[in-house]
Amino acid sequence: MICNVCGTKEATIHLTEVMNGQMSEVHICESCAEEKGTEFKTYFNFGDLLAGVPGIEGLMEGVGKKTPLVCKDCGMTYEEFGKSGRLGCAECYQAFQKPLVALIKQVQRANYHVGKKPSRIAKDVRNVHDLRQLQEKLRKSIQMEQFEEAARLRDAIKQAEEKTKKGKKTKDE
Amino acid sequence: MSEVDRFLNQPVNWLKSTGPESDVVISSRLRMARNLKTFHFSGRLVAEKRADLIREVGDVVRNSNFLKKASYILVDGLCELDRQFLLERHLVSRELIAEEGKCAVAITPDEMVSLMVIEEDHLRLQVFQSGLNLLETWRIADEIDTELEKKLEFAFDATLGYLTACPTNVGTGLRASCMLHLPSLVLTKQVHKVLQALSKLNLAVRGLYGEGTQASGNFFQFSNQITLGQPEEEVINNLEGVIRQVITHEREAREYLKKKRKSKMEDQIWRALAALKAARLMSSSEAIQLLSLVQVGVDVGILQGQVTHTDLNQLFLLIQPAHLQKTNGKELNTTDRDAFRADRIREYFSKVVL
Repeated sequence: MICNVCGTKEATIHLTEVMNGQMSEVHICESCAEEKGTEFKTYFNFGDLLAGVPGIEGLMEGVGKKTPLVCKDCGMTYEEFGKSGRLGCAECYQAFQKPLVALIKQVQRANYHVGKKPSRIAKDVRNVHDLRQLQEKLRKSIQMEQFEEAARLRDAIKQAEEKTKKGKKTKDE
Repeated sequence: MSEVDRFLNQPVNWLKSTGPESDVVISSRLRMARNLKTFHFSGRLVAEKRADLIREVGDVVRNSNFLKKASYILVDGLCELDRQFLLERHLVSRELIAEEGKCAVAITPDEMVSLMVIEEDHLRLQVFQSGLNLLETWRIADEIDTELEKKLEFAFDATLGYLTACPTNVGTGLRASCMLHLPSLVLTKQVHKVLQALSKLNLAVRGLYGEGTQASGNFFQFSNQITLGQPEEEVINNLEGVIRQVITHEREAREYLKKKRKSKMEDQIWRALAALKAARLMSSSEAIQLLSLVQVGVDVGILQGQVTHTDLNQLFLLIQPAHLQKTNGKELNTTDRDAFRADRIREYFSKVVL
């Protein structure tokens, strides 16, 4: 099978993805896969990452070796997390934000949540979350070619964005 | 009498094979991870805080519409045999029974819902259904979660969603899974192709008892990997879509076996039955292999009337080590277990005519 990207070399990597119940296949050769690297990282598993392949160490260097990352709330260091694979508390997500976001990106489809939220959450958290939900719906309606729905969502997003901006302004004042 | 004995003599509802597609899909399960905002994650909880958390969740459970009739069991207070017993019934996880500190589980009387407290995450809600019925497990889990969150404040981030101890569960905190019996795909040596394709679909395939276990007796557990960036219903619909395709493949393979390899297959099924009717010692793994073949016999219509899926599913459970020992009333060593297991199996198949 020939690579879908360059159309010349033999494809050695075959990916299948299910989106909205539709299956799509991608066949790609090694050199194109390398180039497209980031897009396909979701297919590597988390265990491999923690076991020390590029991921963690590179990221550790980025944050500086002199000041190790520590969570102020529970005292967990990023190194400890690297060993156990378990975080110490909810605040760890803030303390280790940079490397965690990179790590999450590699095992998940996206880097933001869409779906259920608790009914009792702070207003600003809710607004940000609602905005994300609308953006996700917009993305999907464009994909399904439901353009009337997409236009409606676009307006709703604009309104929501203005609302969050206003919220911030009143806070600043 | 131990706290868990009330479950001993009742058949497991979600093993009754009454649900949709139950010739291939044995059960559906949904697991939801939640953490309380005001406590450190499980690994960093000191003994005192563990007790506080168990008490706080216990109060909410007792006042919950869904869970008020549930048994709230302190797992660290159970003997090893009782813990194994709950594990065999899938009501607790391996992680929970391996916990060194205090931990608990709430189990509804019908065993369709269990809420583990202080597992990897503070709360792990599990909902079971017979057959392929993931949407129903989600509907139930969603309702219970909505009720719990009125009393308990969960750790939630606007960007990352529900925060979990392991970053691979962050977002929905949801793991949907189905247990499939795929003997025809195994017999026709097609199953590895299916599994290979699945690993590229962000789905995981595991053995009978989840993470770290091997597939045995043609049983495979399929589950989603993605928890971030997809709404719950979409995750479930995608998984169901894939499972429906696997079901089609299994049924096609079954038809192929019926048409092209009839005598060979019938031979294997009758031999399995003969062994089950005659053996005086039987290990767990041999029993599962043979019972799986008998299940094929039911599927292709050879044994219709004499053996049912419902009975077989219950038998699979009753011959597990802890279940054998609980029914026997005392602990048994491996050889005694194999003898007792063979007895139970012979007893069940005595009515079957070869």
